[in-house]
Amino acid sequence: MRSKECVAMILAGGQGSRLGALTKKLAKPAVPFGGKYRIIDFPLSNCYNSGINTVGVLTQYQPLALHSYIGIGSAWDLDRREGGVYVLPPYVREKGGEWYKGTADAIFQNINFIEMFNPEYVLILSGDHIYKMDYSFMLDKHKASQADATIAVIEVPWEEASRFGIMNTSEDDRIIEFEEKPKKPKNNLASMGVYVFSWPVLRSYLTGDAISDISSHDFGKDIIPQMLAGNERLCAYRFAGYWKDVGTVESFWEANMDLLSDEPALDLYDPDWRIYSVSPTQPPHVIANTARVVCSMVSEGCQVFGQVENSVLFPGVYIGEGAKVKDSIVMPYASIGANAIVNKAIIGRKSSVEFGAQLGVNDQLEQEASRWFSGITLIGENLTVTSETKIKRNALLTRL
Amino acid sequence: MLKNVMGLINLHESHESFREITKHRPLAAIPFAGRYRLIDFVLSNFINSGITNVGILSAGNSRALSDHIRSGKEWDLARKRDGLFLLPSWQTGAVQGSFPSDLTDFFSNLDYIKSSRQRFALLSGSRAVCNINYEAAYYYHLEKKADITVLYKEYTSAEAKSLSGVTMFKTAGDGRVVDMEICPVNTHSSKLSLEMYLMDRHLLVDLIDASVSRGGTNFARDCIMKNIENLKIYGFPFNGYLARIDSLQNYFNHSMKLLTPEIWQEIFFANGSIYTKVKDEAPAKYQRDAVVTSSLVANGSVIAGNVENSILFRGVKVHKDARVSNSIVMQKGEIGPGAVIENVIFDKDVKITAGKKLKGELNHPIVIEKGTVI
Repeated sequence: MRSKECVAMILAGGQGSRLGALTKKLAKPAVPFGGKYRIIDFPLSNCYNSGINTVGVLTQYQPLALHSYIGIGSAWDLDRREGGVYVLPPYVREKGGEWYKGTADAIFQNINFIEMFNPEYVLILSGDHIYKMDYSFMLDKHKASQADATIAVIEVPWEEASRFGIMNTSEDDRIIEFEEKPKKPKNNLASMGVYVFSWPVLRSYLTGDAISDISSHDFGKDIIPQMLAGNERLCAYRFAGYWKDVGTVESFWEANMDLLSDEPALDLYDPDWRIYSVSPTQPPHVIANTARVVCSMVSEGCQVFGQVENSVLFPGVYIGEGAKVKDSIVMPYASIGANAIVNKAIIGRKSSVEFGAQLGVNDQLEQEASRWFSGITLIGENLTVTSETKIKRNALLTRL
Repeated sequence: MLKNVMGLINLHESHESFREITKHRPLAAIPFAGRYRLIDFVLSNFINSGITNVGILSAGNSRALSDHIRSGKEWDLARKRDGLFLLPSWQTGAVQGSFPSDLTDFFSNLDYIKSSRQRFALLSGSRAVCNINYEAAYYYHLEKKADITVLYKEYTSAEAKSLSGVTMFKTAGDGRVVDMEICPVNTHSSKLSLEMYLMDRHLLVDLIDASVSRGGTNFARDCIMKNIENLKIYGFPFNGYLARIDSLQNYFNHSMKLLTPEIWQEIFFANGSIYTKVKDEAPAKYQRDAVVTSSLVANGSVIAGNVENSILFRGVKVHKDARVSNSIVMQKGEIGPGAVIENVIFDKDVKITAGKKLKGELNHPIVIEKGTVI
């Protein structure tokens, strides 16, 4: 195998339990996003667009959909003779098998895979963030600053800084301290979960971490603090642009809504930085003469007879005549019957909201409840909301 | 699944009546239905019927076509054995007239047909756009012990008037073809040939060889029509929706018919999906001021203006206060702020700048050549 300068490893095994019904049968990176994508399309496309063509995808939780989606990587042009995409689930060894115990352990268990390419650098990515980033610039910075590790950081509003892993840096962007969700943040540079490591350095820390009984085998909690304690050279790489962790139903909904403004912060129409995905093979969508669609994204194969406002329609969605869909995300092949009302809802794949049903409608308690809840109604996969049913805000429908 | 059938797509189809649309491309590569090219339909019908060995007999300038087809991956035809074969043409220039000289190209590619492994060969052009599964025709062919089975659709002679370059035929009570007319001015028959023929592969090789060696130049005339009495040629009816794209006017009319939900449903889903080259465009975006009705919109389009009864291909931009009606805007077209187009066909990469107006008539749409900026 020809040597590769940099190998990317995408951590895609997370369950994403805070996404509720959305991740019942799917790993978080396989959750559909933005009208045609799945979340993992973003790091995979970023890799391809950055010129990194050797990518390991570490899977663990509910891997079927993710494995079949990635396939041999053709959709991202990662079906290569040398390199390409590799799906890496946990496996059994001589002395029995083990699940990936943490993000660092997942990489540790795949040292053989990385060594196959004899890389100088390893890029560690999360499979559940929405952003467009050219990793080659980060790699350049890593080389220029002769760092052992470079961590991508983004400025977050000070009042939100306590929700993130915060990097405290010196003036030349050298990282001097890392604080996970600090109560009193000293800085507002949040880690994006994007790391470049010089491989020999990372390798030795992974090996050391693996034999520790007290470690949780996590990059943020263990490896980075250990490297700081070991006086390694850690640098911050400042990223400016759209970046969102879609870890909760609310942030997932928000990230979708962010795409709908006339000038969205995340431009999906840039021909120089396309986000690639597996094409569903659907014809162009039809908008009927009874339809009205504004501030929305509509994908191929949809049939729209009703009103759609501020919503995202995935491929093959049907919106019946007189239906009103607002502030909602409708997953592939779901259907909204005639005269149905759907407000601030996420409708799961192949679910059906029948004639006249009402979702996310107002109620007396709503004003009060909105203080504690997001107000999003979530309907799982393959469910039917029968005709004329009324479902209030914040409801969650799923199959047991 | 027709495992024992090879497919041959004959692109020697006259494209005289398409004005600027076929200036840079063969008929088979005409963009259609928002994201396809005509050839996608026959290719998809073939693979949906289980055919995995497909030869494309090219004609004229095939650059646009080979750019579209490439390895055949999108149609699952990038195979180790069999798969897609783009068969070269030794002729240059546009395909014209009622009897194009396709036999010479059949003959020069005879080795491909000879060395294929399937027992039967299914021939088709690209201009009969429909969603069809060939299994029924195949079993009919076997049951009748036919030499050749040709697919047809019932057309009254009045309906056939609006078509061009047609082959019409008559059948006897048992379905056997007894009379055939190619490009008649006034037809006496009511069965429109879909130009899809099923026959034994060895018979095809023999017919080509026999015709060429007797000075034949045109496949339909010299291999099929001249053998009506010698061979058992049967007609098999197709009852689905047919969009025969044989002139600019029919192209325009059939494009507009796709806006009828039933026709949209049939042509894209009846017997399987229609595959095409993937462009990785984001979903279409409807901005705050968009007003869109009765339209077909492909991914990658961004709409801020008014669109009605129109077809927008991939990556089209309609700016604010622009108005698009009864028009077809191909890939990457751009309608500037306040510009108005009506009954217009924009080829790829056409831009109309702010405030300009263009208006054709329903029975004579204006065609704007590829790459024009107005």
